[in-house]
Amino acid sequence: MIKICIKKELHGSNAAMSLDVDLTLNAGEFIALTGESGSGKTTLLRILAGLEEANGEIKVNDTSWLNAAKTLPPQKRQIGFVFQDYALFENMSVLQNLLFVSINKNLALRLLEITELTELQNRYPNTLSGGQKQRVSLCRAMMNEPKLLLLDEPLSALDPLMRRKLQDEILTLHREFNTTTIMVSHDPSEIYKLASRVIVLNQGKVTSDGNTKEILLKTQGSQKFSFTGELLELKKVDVIFIAIVAIGQQLVEVVLSEEETSELSIGDKVTISTKAFSPIIS
Amino acid sequence: MFEPFLISFKLASITVIVLFFISLPLAWYLSQTQSRLKPFIEALTALPIVLPPSVLGFYILVSLSQNSPIGAFFKNVFDVSLVFNFTSLVIASCFYSLPFMVQPLQSGFESINKNMLEASYIAGKSKCETLFRVALPNIKPAFITAIIVTFAHTVGEFGVVLMVGGSIPGETKVASVAIYEMVELMNYKGAHIYSAIMLGMSFIVLLSVYVFNAKHNRKFGLKR
Repeated sequence: MIKICIKKELHGSNAAMSLDVDLTLNAGEFIALTGESGSGKTTLLRILAGLEEANGEIKVNDTSWLNAAKTLPPQKRQIGFVFQDYALFENMSVLQNLLFVSINKNLALRLLEITELTELQNRYPNTLSGGQKQRVSLCRAMMNEPKLLLLDEPLSALDPLMRRKLQDEILTLHREFNTTTIMVSHDPSEIYKLASRVIVLNQGKVTSDGNTKEILLKTQGSQKFSFTGELLELKKVDVIFIAIVAIGQQLVEVVLSEEETSELSIGDKVTISTKAFSPIIS
Repeated sequence: MFEPFLISFKLASITVIVLFFISLPLAWYLSQTQSRLKPFIEALTALPIVLPPSVLGFYILVSLSQNSPIGAFFKNVFDVSLVFNFTSLVIASCFYSLPFMVQPLQSGFESINKNMLEASYIAGKSKCETLFRVALPNIKPAFITAIIVTFAHTVGEFGVVLMVGGSIPGETKVASVAIYEMVELMNYKGAHIYSAIMLGMSFIVLLSVYVFNAKHNRKFGLKR
């Protein structure tokens, strides 16, 4: 069990704010940390890793990582950290990157096998693709046999196909080692697939914390489908109006009546929802 | 007849080695610190670039002579004089060439992805181990540049050497001083030969630095 209770003044992009977090993590949990950029997610991760200072307390099982008297340096925390930009040691081969952390060669070979990197073990980072680099970085983090695995937007620089593949591997590794994990992510499908608990951070404060389903499925009442998007265009076609709405990466057309359009203007944030009907999934 | 060159090379080699061990921790500290003292230390290490060699030489001469506390201490305790001998040349060269070693190393360390260093700390490695196993191997071009430019700059020095070492044949008479004396004595033939050798060597040294860096950039992407 990990207890976190920290405070830190931040001078972020939108004026000063304070990070104020009080959380308890259960062993083996996979937690997704989400929220707008500048809400303090990365800072929270860096404080947990010991890379940034903060006031308060962090207690992992019976060991105190942070309290009023002392701050345990990152070297002694036994954590795994995966950076968005991989941060591999460029002067070492894949295998050397892993063995740098710990000389446990059996573990290294096993991790490389799980992530299908065995054949690349003697390659150097600059000869690898982004997805391969991030897998090495993941393996390197696991070499520490971490008490806490921290993933800072690990997949955001990768294309969708590679993302899905790595999500599967993260899941496999989590099942295999049952490491308590915190992953920063903005991608709801990724969070849904991997995490059992979601924590939403806004302006340095936890605004929601709970089961993935409860927090991510934004439907209310008897609504079955509900999407939030941005209104891009409103045009009149004969007697009806057609609205073009951008939802994520997709554009959809919605038919509206004249009175429905009266309160809308271009650029509005709108919710499109519908009640029971039988959708076709193909 | 090539004794002055040998002295120049010996001086430059020793200076490079001594300076490397002084500059490595200094450059590492400067690249990592956020202390308010940083600009002061940076300005101090850069001073030899702008200071006339005669000024630098004068101060070194004054502070190492037997009339100064430092000079007197070495004379009384170790019975060595710190001026007008080879040792004094090494000391003077270390001051004179300090920025040429510190600055490339420092900017090399500063260009390293900070996350890479943090990944090493998280892996349980101390700052010192990170310096030798992660930072230094990843700034090879800066490292090579620092070594070679320091070497070349030491071979090329003149004013400081003349002030602190004088021109004792076989002891402190380096190539640049030898050329100066030949011209004084109107031995233009000797001066031509020596100068041509210096010119050719300097060019080859600089060329090799640029060729190495170009190769390295091609191998590791053009970013660095």
